[in-house]
Amino acid sequence: MIGLQHYLTLSAMLFVLSIAGIIINRRNLILILMCIELMLLAVNFNFIAFSRFLGDETGQIFVFFILTVAAAEAAIGLAILVVLFRNRRSIDVEELNILKG
Amino acid sequence: MLFQAILFYAFAAMLIGAALGVVFSRNPVHAVMFLVLTFFQAAALWLMAEAEFLAIVLVLVYVGAVMVLFLFVVMMLDVNVESAKRGLTRFAPVAIGIALVMVVQLIQLIWYKSSSAAIPGIFSTNPEGYDNTKALGAVLYTEHVYAFEIAAVILLLAIVAAITLTMRKRPGLKLQNIAAQVAVRAKDRVRIVKMKSEKKL
Repeated sequence: MIGLQHYLTLSAMLFVLSIAGIIINRRNLILILMCIELMLLAVNFNFIAFSRFLGDETGQIFVFFILTVAAAEAAIGLAILVVLFRNRRSIDVEELNILKG
Repeated sequence: MLFQAILFYAFAAMLIGAALGVVFSRNPVHAVMFLVLTFFQAAALWLMAEAEFLAIVLVLVYVGAVMVLFLFVVMMLDVNVESAKRGLTRFAPVAIGIALVMVVQLIQLIWYKSSSAAIPGIFSTNPEGYDNTKALGAVLYTEHVYAFEIAAVILLLAIVAAITLTMRKRPGLKLQNIAAQVAVRAKDRVRIVKMKSEKKL
């Protein structure tokens, strides 16, 4: 019988996998952006599971807004990436040390 | 019920497998394709959780728009694959260790809390004639209408930001100056010269 715990477990696995992806692919900026998308997907899984479990549609409204913000974030992030690549000819995160931070 | 469980586990296994593909694939184009597969599996799982509207939105907006944007950028940038995969082995043990610890803790938390608090964990059945899209719309355009407007503004902001970031002036490009073209008068362009006719030789 599939219930709340199964969805939460799946969401936790997806979230942790995307965190591992950020650490593993920490040189490539595009893959980091993709892992962030995966992480937002895991969060949306939580929202949908709880919304279904509690019988309240507000959780699904939240997912709607998260999808909106994630689309905006992807568009701006990719625009920054394109500008970065145009200026530096590389999207390696470890070479982004111009601010000496 | 058993059929639903089998479907859930099949989709979940493919979801995790595709996410592993995103994380571990060397080629960014393959990673984007695995991400598309992940979103499809997620949409199927959301359909099983009876969130039909969001499942369709996920396929249309994410796979149709955002993933195509990713694919455009990945193919346009022509990133050197060799340089991108150099750091893979160095951080992999740390990442896998952190991931294992976190996933064990989270799963323990989920299953322990739910078993001790006697939460049934089974989804309630929706009443007959329940329409997910209609119910979402009834809440979205009444209680959350301001948030909806703000979401529209955020999307506008994203458009403006993306265009202003990527637009550039190229040196040496010949462009029309439309205002100057419209404002021009005949006396600016044509000069009428009066001169005497030449004498007959």
